[in-house]
Amino acid sequence: MREVAQRVFAKEFEDSNLSYKKGDEKYSPNYVLTPTGAECNRLFIVGTLTEKEDIGVEVEYWRGRIVDPTGVFQIYAGQYQPDAMRSLTEIEPPTFVAVAGKVSVFTLEEGDVRTSIRPEFVVEVDEDVRDRWVLETANMTLERLRALNEKSTESAKMALEHYDTDVVYYAKIVRDALLTLRHEKREITKEAREIAEEWWDEEDVEELEIEEKKEEKKDKREKGEEETGLDLWEDFTEDYFDV
Amino acid sequence: MREVAEEIKEEFSKAGVDIPVDEIEEKLRTLVDKYYVPLDEAKRSVANSLAKKYGVAKVVGVSETLEKIADIDAPKKWVNLKGKVVQIWKSESDVISQVGLIGDESGFVRFVKWKSADLPDLEEEKCYLLKNVVTDYWQGQYSIKLNRNSEIIPLEEDIEVASQEVVKEGAIVSVQQGSGLIKRCPMCKRVIVKGICNEHGKVEGVYDLRIKAVIDDGKSPQDILFNKEITEELTGISIEQAKEWVREYLDPSVVQSEIAKKILGRYFVVKGNIVGQYLLVESFEQLKDVREEDVQEALQKAEEMLS
Repeated sequence: MREVAQRVFAKEFEDSNLSYKKGDEKYSPNYVLTPTGAECNRLFIVGTLTEKEDIGVEVEYWRGRIVDPTGVFQIYAGQYQPDAMRSLTEIEPPTFVAVAGKVSVFTLEEGDVRTSIRPEFVVEVDEDVRDRWVLETANMTLERLRALNEKSTESAKMALEHYDTDVVYYAKIVRDALLTLRHEKREITKEAREIAEEWWDEEDVEELEIEEKKEEKKDKREKGEEETGLDLWEDFTEDYFDV
Repeated sequence: MREVAEEIKEEFSKAGVDIPVDEIEEKLRTLVDKYYVPLDEAKRSVANSLAKKYGVAKVVGVSETLEKIADIDAPKKWVNLKGKVVQIWKSESDVISQVGLIGDESGFVRFVKWKSADLPDLEEEKCYLLKNVVTDYWQGQYSIKLNRNSEIIPLEEDIEVASQEVVKEGAIVSVQQGSGLIKRCPMCKRVIVKGICNEHGKVEGVYDLRIKAVIDDGKSPQDILFNKEITEELTGISIEQAKEWVREYLDPSVVQSEIAKKILGRYFVVKGNIVGQYLLVESFEQLKDVREEDVQEALQKAEEMLS
């Protein structure tokens, strides 16, 4: 039976430190239980590859950092992940990538636990895929949070016992991740324009303009980005006000 | 008792064996009167012992019960099925007259009709009662075989075929070995390796294009299979292009990696029938940007947990 690919945000995966085997055999599958109760053997993640480095001594061994709205996934690919390793040598950061891989847990000497992923593949994807993954991961995390509140699944009970999980903390992470989906703003703009065309008088349109500008500033502050919001705004004004 | 004996005699005469009805009745009486065996069970037991004695395939026509396709769970069992033929593939084998897919409300199963069975041909979209067919198991899937002892009875009624149509949405998390340009045996259509068919030995293979992949929605993985047409539509890679690459790079795996580059990690919704472990994709759509309503809904759920 193939293992499902779980959807977990990077912050939650970083916070994970409970791992176990199911079964007594040498090749029994390994799992990491996350604070919200995702039992992960395999993960599917999408984010921005920001750094890559060959850290191998004699043979190639590649490390990559993949950033999502909440944190960083570390991936390590060596000779046993030839496809992923080849991709890592070819892909130039920064770029959006999708990765599926097995979870791996490493305990440092001081007893700290580090989680990482052994990728089965690394492929370049576009922003649509990234957005969809954020939404999907948000929904699946919310589902697990509900299970924690209701103590309705085995893994939820296990997670509560081990992590004493703070549901509100992870709900905040989910909300903040969702707020990075910029489509929201684009859509509102489009919708507002349509409504304005039909119903609104000058004053309302001016109000909309002020609201939009506020949003834009906030956005820029949050993201440290310049172009997108402004471009959008210019599109909007040009389209609607016939500037 | 006499009636039951006549029934059994009738069934055996269909298989070409003439058994005196008295002999049958006597055996039945022994079981029923002397050993208090229920008549049904006696019928079965007598038919079985006679089948053994006369060298006829087991329980010929005696099992009057109809099985549902989904209940087939063991090979080499004689069963009766009612179903609708949903697909027929041409057989180029000398010993097989027809290969196809038959379905009932519970599921689908592949059927094979031997030439030696000397049975009339089945037609697509028609319903039949298939009597005395034998189950078989190969590569994780059940099939049924129609042989000399089988009977095909066309039905007037229309059988509602299981809507096995499944819709699955998720990310493609694996493109598996055996995807891309492959060669099939011209007789049995099975994939051949290095020009050798498991069944038919060395054959001149026929090129085909397909994708074996896994779609995963974070809850369960599903094996999916894209045929040539869907593969071409999905990847924009034609079978001609694939052949050219293979000629150029002298490596069939180049097609598989080109396909993988195009679909791995992307989100799709696929629709099709489940046959065995696979969802056979009949249509697909690549999912692009997220819908604003969906984002708002998720945001609202998150906010509720914060309050």
